[in-house]
Amino acid sequence: MERTGIAIEQLTKRYGSGQTAVDALKGVDLSVEPGEVVGLVGPSGSGKSTLLKCLGAVIEPSSGVMKIGGSPIYDNRWLAGDLRALRRDKIGFVFQAPYLIPFLDVIDNVALLPMLAGERNGASRERALAVLEALDVAHRARAMPSQLSGGEQQRVAIARALVNRPPVVLADEPTAPLDSKRALGVIGLLNDMARQYETAVIVVTHDEKIIPTFKRIYHIRDGRTHEEAGEGKALYETADYCSGH
Amino acid sequence: MISLAGKDILHGWGRFILTAAGLGLLIGVTLSMAGIYRGMVDDANVLLDNSGADLWVVQQGTIGPWAEPSTIPDDLYRSVLSIDGVERASNVVYLTMQVRHGERGIRAMVTGVAPGRRQSDPGQPRFLVAGRTMTAGHYEAIADVSSGLDVGDLVTIRRNRYRVVGLTRRMVSSSGDPMIFIPLRDAQQAQSLKDSDAIVQQRHRREGNPAFNPPGVPGLLDAVNADDASSSAVNAVLVRLKPGASPELAGSAIERWLRLEAYGRAEMQSILVEKLIATSARQIAMFLVILSVVSAAIVAFIIYTMTMSKIREIAVLKLLGTRNRVIASMILQQALGLGLIGFVVGKIAATLWAPFFPKYVLLIPGDAARGFLLVMAICVVASLLAIRAALMVDPAEAIGG
Ligand SMILES: Nc1ncnc2c1ncn2[C@@H]1O[C@H](COP(=O)(O)OP(=O)(O)O)[C@@H](O)[C@H]1O
Ligand SMILES: [Mg+2]
Repeated sequence: MERTGIAIEQLTKRYGSGQTAVDALKGVDLSVEPGEVVGLVGPSGSGKSTLLKCLGAVIEPSSGVMKIGGSPIYDNRWLAGDLRALRRDKIGFVFQAPYLIPFLDVIDNVALLPMLAGERNGASRERALAVLEALDVAHRARAMPSQLSGGEQQRVAIARALVNRPPVVLADEPTAPLDSKRALGVIGLLNDMARQYETAVIVVTHDEKIIPTFKRIYHIRDGRTHEEAGEGKALYETADYCSGH
Repeated sequence: MISLAGKDILHGWGRFILTAAGLGLLIGVTLSMAGIYRGMVDDANVLLDNSGADLWVVQQGTIGPWAEPSTIPDDLYRSVLSIDGVERASNVVYLTMQVRHGERGIRAMVTGVAPGRRQSDPGQPRFLVAGRTMTAGHYEAIADVSSGLDVGDLVTIRRNRYRVVGLTRRMVSSSGDPMIFIPLRDAQQAQSLKDSDAIVQQRHRREGNPAFNPPGVPGLLDAVNADDASSSAVNAVLVRLKPGASPELAGSAIERWLRLEAYGRAEMQSILVEKLIATSARQIAMFLVILSVVSAAIVAFIIYTMTMSKIREIAVLKLLGTRNRVIASMILQQALGLGLIGFVVGKIAATLWAPFFPKYVLLIPGDAARGFLLVMAICVVASLLAIRAALMVDPAEAIGG
């Protein structure tokens, strides 16, 4: 069966009710295929974070349809009974900062997710090590996060997002604090991993440096999206960044 | 699944151990307080047990001889002996006072008993660990080892010097002061002894008082003065009953016929524990309550700050799909770990410093077990605040606004 990424139709989100209600999303359509990295851009207050939180199943939309990996998870109400398990198994998260757990070493930071899903420690660590290898940080497996460089931390964070092989990865301004070279490096990694792990990646950003790299961009303004073709330039040096030479 | 609590503790173990050790010292103080109370009760029981008496006979209307002053004539013990069921009866004088040994002052309960009696007689010094019993009628003493005295030492009690001829073990007053036994006559004299100036002044007053110098009665003044100088009072008569005799019957007979007060073992214990050391016990209970509250507050504060410093990680963990149960148990385990280490440190500390207390500190396993359960319960309660805060963390906080 072919893997599908994420698709939403006519998703709305209203904060509050009555006079003070805010319609943050007014009917958003969006779909991302496995292996694809799309940009989600828009000015401040346009609804980017709201959309990301809906996609990430941390807040409940008001109406619409949402499918992840081919299966409907929201149809005017949550279809999944257990949103935590849904997030753990179906959605990978990459944040502005790496947000690694400081008291776990690198491998356990990554292995934590399969462990939370009930997988045995040994198998979880094997799986984690494989992803760390793909991201070229396996040699730091036993280091603590505080001992890593910023770039290494970001790779571990990406490994954590991928370890349960989710159909979709949501990245919330992952390059905001980085300089141009590093920002492009992270985008390069996300592109490689999207292909390798057959996952749909949505990058929320207003970082001008990386916008030219997307093949497809969703512009969001005033709670509505419209799709646009991007330049799709491979500004990053994938091989250099990923193989670790 | 790995232990998140354990990993977190290991990550910051230095701070954790220091905190636990600090808490441990507090727990040690708490255990010592309980030990001091147990020691006081034990001292009281030891005093009663080691006196070898079944009945304590004291002045009517008093709860003497320790909780209140009691004075009875020293010839009354003969009448006590005639009561049905009484096997032996001994006069006893108790003086809580300062005894001098060289330059050193020793707080002691000086106990006057008739010398040369059987060691098993009520009131006699038992458990000699060195030396011999008193044989001379005067100026010999038997001291408890806790006084620090040794056989052959000379001690000064009031104006007289006494040679220590024997040592006892665990013969202490209800407040833990060592007992020093001296002959009854010496103790009676010490009890009634007035200083020389007072005697001279008293005699002058009597000479000038016509009541003591009635015409035609020569020698009355001298007789009064002589009687004043000698003392014929004791504080209590200790009674041992014949086997099978009823303490209630013998006690009520003594009370009725001799117009004295007689207390059995249980009554005497309740007088000592409930009256004599009751205030101290309440004092200690108050301390225990305060220490428990302070410990609880400290644990709550530590666990709360530990949790608050991890709020971001907790939000991330929740976003990644960690169940509340896992997060709550992480916090709870840390609180219990803190309590466990604290308790071990506290128990060790209390055991190590107990011998250095001037009074007897009795650490009993039951108190340790109760203390452990209390610490654990406090830790559970103290972690609730932090758990509540952690459960209220919104996973959406991990995603930027
Ligand atoms: N929790 C909330 N309650 C009420 N209004 C909100 C809340 N979060 C966001 N909004 C509103 O929804 C709109 C979209 O906000 P947001 O999704 O944060 O946009 P962006 O991330 O693009 O800046 C804004 O008008 C904002 O004020
Ligand atoms: Mg935002």
